Amino acid sequence: MSILTPTAGPQAIYRINPVAKLATAFLLGFALILTIDWLSAATALVLESVLLVWAGLSVRQFLLRTIPVWIAAPTAGLTTLLYGQPLGQTYVEFGLIHVTDGSISLAIATALRVLAIGLPAIVLFVTIDPTDLADGLAQVWHLPSRFVLGALAGLRLVGLFLDDWRSLELARRARGVGDRGRIRRLLSQAFALLVLSIRRGSKLATAMEARGFGGDTPRTWARESLFGWREIALIAIGAAIAAIAIAVAVVFGTWNFIVG
Amino acid sequence: MTLAPQPPAAVSARGWGWRHASRKAWAVDGLDLEIDPGERVLLLGASGAGKSTLMHALAGVIGGDDEGEQKGELLVSGQRATSARGIAGLVLQDPDSQVILARVGDDVAFGCENLGVPRDEIWRRVAQSLDEVGLDLPLDHPTSALSGGQKQRLALAGVLAMRPGLILLDEPTANLDPEGVAEVRDAVARVAESTGATLVVIEHRVEVWRDIVDRVVVLAPGGGVLADGDPRRVLRDRGAELSASGVWIPEFPPRFTQRRVASSGGRLLDAAGLGIARVRGSRIADGLDIGLDEGRAVAIVGPNGAGKSTLALTLAGLLRPDAGAVSATPALAGPLKSVSPISWRSKDLLTRIGTVFQDPEHQFLSSTVRDELSVGPRALELGDVEVDARVDELLERLRLDHLALANPFTLSGGEKRRLSVATVLATRPKLLVLDEPTFGQDSRTWSELVSLLAGLLDQGQSIVAVTHDADFVAALADDEVRLA
Repeated sequence: MSILTPTAGPQAIYRINPVAKLATAFLLGFALILTIDWLSAATALVLESVLLVWAGLSVRQFLLRTIPVWIAAPTAGLTTLLYGQPLGQTYVEFGLIHVTDGSISLAIATALRVLAIGLPAIVLFVTIDPTDLADGLAQVWHLPSRFVLGALAGLRLVGLFLDDWRSLELARRARGVGDRGRIRRLLSQAFALLVLSIRRGSKLATAMEARGFGGDTPRTWARESLFGWREIALIAIGAAIAAIAIAVAVVFGTWNFIVG
Repeated sequence: MTLAPQPPAAVSARGWGWRHASRKAWAVDGLDLEIDPGERVLLLGASGAGKSTLMHALAGVIGGDDEGEQKGELLVSGQRATSARGIAGLVLQDPDSQVILARVGDDVAFGCENLGVPRDEIWRRVAQSLDEVGLDLPLDHPTSALSGGQKQRLALAGVLAMRPGLILLDEPTANLDPEGVAEVRDAVARVAESTGATLVVIEHRVEVWRDIVDRVVVLAPGGGVLADGDPRRVLRDRGAELSASGVWIPEFPPRFTQRRVASSGGRLLDAAGLGIARVRGSRIADGLDIGLDEGRAVAIVGPNGAGKSTLALTLAGLLRPDAGAVSATPALAGPLKSVSPISWRSKDLLTRIGTVFQDPEHQFLSSTVRDELSVGPRALELGDVEVDARVDELLERLRLDHLALANPFTLSGGEKRRLSVATVLATRPKLLVLDEPTFGQDSRTWSELVSLLAGLLDQGQSIVAVTHDADFVAALADDEVRLA
């Protein structure tokens, strides 16, 4: 499963604690959804693109992993262009569609924003190893270890579910019920998968319990989750990008506070 | 307290019993059993004798008062077993559901972490345990890339790292191919030798463990102990009885009905230049030529990962050939226009090719055994009378009549296997495709299956079976297709 075997490499980014990556991605995202204007997003994007060089991904990996963002950005932009709030001069009008000065600038702002939030988030997340993330969540953020480790172990079952799903599909054809309506078949198959996954889950829980999981003894951690200058530096860079983007937008008067 | 290695543990059951919360009958009742520290015990008994229940209780994972009721006393090292964590370590049957973490080293460390072992000590134990079970892999090796036998040895290493005084193995090799069985057996033998821990093993296949254990205990189905003592003596005195209840004993091989008719009929299916792939494009095997005749059985054999199941599913019209063709003769296709099974409708397959999946749970669709059996006949739009007649006949023939209203998912392993075969027989397909039909089965289910299939071959049905089971091949197969 690709989610369990993230890309790995020698670069510094792979050694940074995942919770710091998580915090940085959220920080950038939060700052950039406060406003919809092209300048703040463009500023953030330019600053981020400089840093992508150190992201630890080859150009090919980068493009492959970020395909969803490259599709989402123009799609969101186009939708805004056609259906966004009309303002200023109208260029095209057809039914509900209005392309106006306002919708054009909003469209550019939206597309840039999706890129500015999505690209760094994906780049930061693909280098996260789920095991390291769980260690960080439990040791640095002190989330309950039962919950974190339960979720981590459960994640491993996702790969098995994919195999189960394929077998269920074939088995339905073999049992003579594969000709039924697609939706009805998918529903019954989804239910069967649910039953199987609960059974797998309870077996896994027994195996974990058999290794002393969930006991009263305070747990130790085989892997220490460190949070030091590297992590602080990453979050600081994220905060700086967010601050510069906001400042530039405010100074040049493009800032528009969404909530306001 | 749990930090220091546990000394070999004694087990003591006095009038012990356990009843699952949803059941009327006691799974184990009135058990009196003393196991001395360092003894190595093989625990036998018919299915339903409560072996697994006892193991789960000894490991302290049987659950609290809401999951069942306990009576009498069950002690491990003098402590109540259900609350004594860290003394006993348990390895279960299913390799896939025991891997907990993504990397080999982390997985072994998991138990130590839960016991509060200091970090430096954990990694010392991890290295030592992996060494003891013979897993020579880097600590960051992905656990998903392990074979079944390696996964079971990993689970054993995880248990060893906890330094338990009692090692419990619940059918640790039932789901493994012969190679995996040998790997795990050898690892257990080494571990028992080096740790001196008390060992309790459940397994249907006696020959795997008889040289490692020094005592055999047979549980009685109703509760209590049927036989107990030196392995050779118990297996000699009780062998016939144990064999009849499903235990595999080399001196008492299971009896089955031999095939009577050795002649074969006409061709049903041809595969020419066949390339197979589970997912389009990633071909596993190539250039296969296979012919299937009426009244003949073909065994597909070979190591894990060679594509045996994929080949069977492709022949069965469930997976599309990646190259070449599978074509049915008019004797099989009948009035259908296409000769290629993959292009047939699901309903058309029912009377032509029936497939029994490796995991019976994948093919269950209903909430009762009776409904499960009528799915196929109903899809064929047979009348109620005919459907009932077929279902009743199969219920009786496969000893499932007392379970007609039970939920298929609640059946035992052997019952599930019989039901999954019965569901396919209900539509009387000319060709039967079976994926590991005897995997993990006790000798009783084994001989029932083999007798049943021999009867079907005599009636002219054709069989393709994926199998690791040499006895099965010897009993039934006319031809062998070996994948490398």
